[in-house]
Amino acid sequence: MVFGRSSRGQRPIEPVTLKILVAGGFGVGKTTLVGAVSEIKPLRTEEVLTEAGRPVDDVAGVEGKTTTTVAMDFGRITLRDDLVLYLFGTPGQDRFWFLWDELAQGALGAVVLADTRRLEDSFAAVDYFERRDIPFAVAVNCFEDAIRFPAETVRTALDLDPEVPLLMCDARTRESVKDVLVAVVEHAMIRARQQREPAVTT
Amino acid sequence: MSQAGDDPKHWFDGDAGPVVRPYAMTRGRTSTATRHRLDLIAIVIPASAAGDPAGDRTLSPEHVEIVELCRASPQSIAELAAGLDLPVGVVRVFVGDLVESELVHVTRPVPPAELPDVNILREVINGLRAL
Ligand SMILES: Nc1nc2c(ncn2[C@@H]2O[C@H](COP(=O)(O)OP(=O)(O)OP(=O)(O)O)[C@@H](O)[C@H]2O)c(=O)[nH]1
Ligand SMILES: [Mg+2]
Repeated sequence: MVFGRSSRGQRPIEPVTLKILVAGGFGVGKTTLVGAVSEIKPLRTEEVLTEAGRPVDDVAGVEGKTTTTVAMDFGRITLRDDLVLYLFGTPGQDRFWFLWDELAQGALGAVVLADTRRLEDSFAAVDYFERRDIPFAVAVNCFEDAIRFPAETVRTALDLDPEVPLLMCDARTRESVKDVLVAVVEHAMIRARQQREPAVTT
Repeated sequence: MSQAGDDPKHWFDGDAGPVVRPYAMTRGRTSTATRHRLDLIAIVIPASAAGDPAGDRTLSPEHVEIVELCRASPQSIAELAAGLDLPVGVVRVFVGDLVESELVHVTRPVPPAELPDVNILREVINGLRAL
């Protein structure tokens, strides 16, 4: 039991929290990627949804309605006492798009994890982030048994804009995942600058 | 929750999805429109005046547990949901109650449609590189 109040002058730090989404098809390595950099074992949260596919806390009088659950996993990186980054692995299926909407709100950016053997599994995520104007990078998870393609081939296949970062990665390796995350945030920063200072036409 | 006899695992089912009523715990209440939707990464911080929540008869064991978890270390809605093994929506209802009773407050993450500050992004990059 906790009786003590936090002593005066020692107010709890209120960290700024940020999030990056990790999207991609089934089994592409989302949870592995989150686990490679997270300071906690990836945790799992569940949303309860109505059959109609809306999160239940949005509607009144849900009692008695049929519901289903969907799981998301997430990790945490404390960058400083007052700056915490959360990574959310999003369910790959299209029918959970509304969860992406919630997660994407206020997200600083996203990683689309791709597997060259099933590139088409990444189309939905690429499309989604393009449409919502959410800065994202594509990371090709290099499974040993997959044929390596040159980055340009992947870029063309995914029809990526030239400024979208594309990296080869190993979702199991911390350094590799760090590079991916840095690429996302750098891309987000460039975009933020451009939007803040509209290009001067000469 | 520990006091209820149910195993929370039965809520989870990868595919078809079980038919469940997790909101029985919140007596069917859902977060109301007047409450802003609590973001998954909103941090729940106990009010310094929160005293001893366990002695408060108006609180359920879940409310008390949330206050005590956050007192040990402030944490996000997502972490509370994972730690308590409760659906996020249910945790939102409980935290909403606690906010209304002024036992906790929550941080507001970057509002939607607003970009994080360029300086914060730079700090994130530096922080990641230093990991
Ligand atoms: N060889 C190799 N295996 C990997 C790599 N990344 C992930 N895996 C393996 O691939 C499998 C799936 O990885 P997960 O991280 O669970 O994939 P996921 O995207 O979270 O999967 P779902 O959540 O089910 O969609 C696991 O067995 C991982 O160990 C990689 O870079 N190389
Ligand atoms: Mg996974």
